[in-house]
Amino acid sequence: MNASAVISVDRLTKAFVGKVVVNALSLEVQPGEIFGFLGPNGSGKTTFIRMLCGLLRPDSGSGRCLGFDISSESAQIRPRIGYMAQRFSLYEDLSVRENLQFMGRLYGVADRQNRVAATLNRLRLTPYAEQLAGTLSGGWKQRLALACCLLHEPRLLLLDEPTAGVDPQARLEFWADLYDLSTQGVTTLVSTHYMDEAERCHRLAYLSAGYLLASGTAAEMVQSTGLSSWAASGSDLSQLAAELHTLPGVEQVVPLGSTLHVSGRDGQLLAQSLSPFRNGPHHWEEHSPTLEEVFIFLMRQSGGR
Amino acid sequence: MAKFEWFSLHRFFAMVSKEFVQMRRDRLTFAMMVGIPIIQLVLFGFAINSDPRHLPTALRLADDGPFVRAIIAAMRSSEYFDIVGATQDEAETQQLVDHGRVQFVLNIPSDFERQLLRGERPALLLEADAADPAAVGPAANAFRILAAAAVDRELRGGLSPLASGVSPFEIRVQQRFNPEAVTRYNIVPGLMGVVLTMTMVIVTALAVTRERERGTMENLLATPVRPLEVMLGKLVPYVLVGYVQMFFILLVAALLFRIPLVGSPVLLLLASLPFIAANLGVGLTFSTLARNQLQAMQMSFFFFLPSMILSGFMFPFRGMPYWAQRIGEILPLTHYLRIVRGILLKGNTLCDILPHLWPILVFLMVALGLGLLRYRRTLD
Ligand SMILES: Nc1ncnc2c1ncn2[C@@H]1O[C@H](COP(=O)(O)OP(=O)(O)OP(=O)(O)O)[C@@H](O)[C@H]1O
Ligand SMILES: [Mg+2]
Repeated sequence: MNASAVISVDRLTKAFVGKVVVNALSLEVQPGEIFGFLGPNGSGKTTFIRMLCGLLRPDSGSGRCLGFDISSESAQIRPRIGYMAQRFSLYEDLSVRENLQFMGRLYGVADRQNRVAATLNRLRLTPYAEQLAGTLSGGWKQRLALACCLLHEPRLLLLDEPTAGVDPQARLEFWADLYDLSTQGVTTLVSTHYMDEAERCHRLAYLSAGYLLASGTAAEMVQSTGLSSWAASGSDLSQLAAELHTLPGVEQVVPLGSTLHVSGRDGQLLAQSLSPFRNGPHHWEEHSPTLEEVFIFLMRQSGGR
Repeated sequence: MAKFEWFSLHRFFAMVSKEFVQMRRDRLTFAMMVGIPIIQLVLFGFAINSDPRHLPTALRLADDGPFVRAIIAAMRSSEYFDIVGATQDEAETQQLVDHGRVQFVLNIPSDFERQLLRGERPALLLEADAADPAAVGPAANAFRILAAAAVDRELRGGLSPLASGVSPFEIRVQQRFNPEAVTRYNIVPGLMGVVLTMTMVIVTALAVTRERERGTMENLLATPVRPLEVMLGKLVPYVLVGYVQMFFILLVAALLFRIPLVGSPVLLLLASLPFIAANLGVGLTFSTLARNQLQAMQMSFFFFLPSMILSGFMFPFRGMPYWAQRIGEILPLTHYLRIVRGILLKGNTLCDILPHLWPILVFLMVALGLGLLRYRRTLD
């Protein structure tokens, strides 16, 4: 294990009533990194993050967070991290300001009043400061939750789907904030289902049914699968998809937006199979596979475990 | 830097002030905390009319004469008795009482007048339906006085030798159904213990379970706050609520029900602290066992019912079977009732109540210990 890593876990395993949810997961996150955590629903992302902040006890394996052992030293870890749960978990019957004040007191934040005011400003929450948290819209609740995470200036952020239900503009601002923090040396582990966000992460991990299927930068992940991909655009794409499915070398046909993405690991065979279609009514283009194709490919390969 | 703090005041205050704000906003719980004492006081206090009047009374006269007529006239002119009928038949009388159609039956034996004049001290029997004991007491007392006065008045003139000294006749009051009358003096102070048990257990059980149900526990557990800070932070605001309830009940007891407050109110307030804390401890322990607010509520009632029944609040403690007394001795309410009644009615001092105080303290330690032990630091 690397001593400088902010998070380093080794074969971390967790089972619920006999069902293994996180399976011998090992990974490292370096200081200042924005580390993306991806995977289909129920793949174990939330469970993993909860183990990191001591909310769940791992069944086996070990891990260190900011240099402290996650099983025995969670009391040291808690004051130094900011955890944002997937489900809104602040007090709906307290106002935005009261929630922040409460968290500020719990973390013993110095100069609390000013810090709260500054945090409200930074996340543009000031106009809502006196509103009860329960009456905020979904996106603003997420912002409040983020504000509560940032208040005590933690060195590590563990964010579980922080932008679910947040509008595109706010998501952009949110990511700008994460980059800002990253340059200040704050490390972030963030789970998401959005591909555009995945592409913004410095490094990624892809989980499926508790197994870590791949990790690395977006480019590395694309490369590691060795996929070649073609995109077809035009009309009657679903008819085309049905025809392509059975061709040799075609391993995956997915409609993405208004284009049909056809991919396979054997690029030559794929090009050969597709050549008769290239003279047809559709417009064809070879491109490097998108992250989405890669993830779908990874998931299918793992047999949808 | 890696100092390990078991308890920090600023985190504790954070919890306390948060609980207060939430308490203020949660109208339903707030209404419950104020409403329960009011409803119980009204139910127990007013339903047991403090000075019942116009009680239906039947007459069974085996004799008639100036004395009997004087007694009946006195009963009529007092507000306590409404004479609703006369009967000669033993079985019919019985039925009237059994069905609760009359509260009293006045039996005048045959030869009453003659025996009285001869100075043989005949006996008058007032049968009372004492199922509602508080209704019987004042009226029966009134009867003794007004009957004696009426006979006395008749005797003046010529017969005055009989009027002096011992009463020329005897009054027997026979209480049926509940010979060991419990009075409102017992009930209203006891009510304080009952109200505190009910609200304290429910309110704390709900307060912690709510955190789990609403998902706020996940956030709380991820912060540096420690179990003891959470528990005490939740207890303290409700201790205050308990005292407000107590103050309210005492006020009503003194002003409305005219319960004599013989002992020291300060001692009562002090002695109530362990009792309030013990009930809060039970609530906290329940909250660590319950998965949702409904379960917490059910557990609270599971504790509340035996407390009410086996503590001596509803039935005289000495009248209960041995095993029930043994269970009753464990419950804090049993001892608290003795303390409250002791202080309020008998003017007990600290020394007098000590034997009842330590069982509550033991219970408190066990309840809080169990709660802390069961408090889950993780979500599994
Ligand atoms: N407390 C629990 N008891 C039993 N099973 C659980 C518990 N928590 C999670 N699980 C199971 O563990 C699996 C992984 O859940 P987890 O919440 O970690 O997935 P996730 O990757 O975060 O999914 P999503 O993208 O939907 O948030 C699921 O099958 C879930 O049913
Ligand atoms: Mg999740």
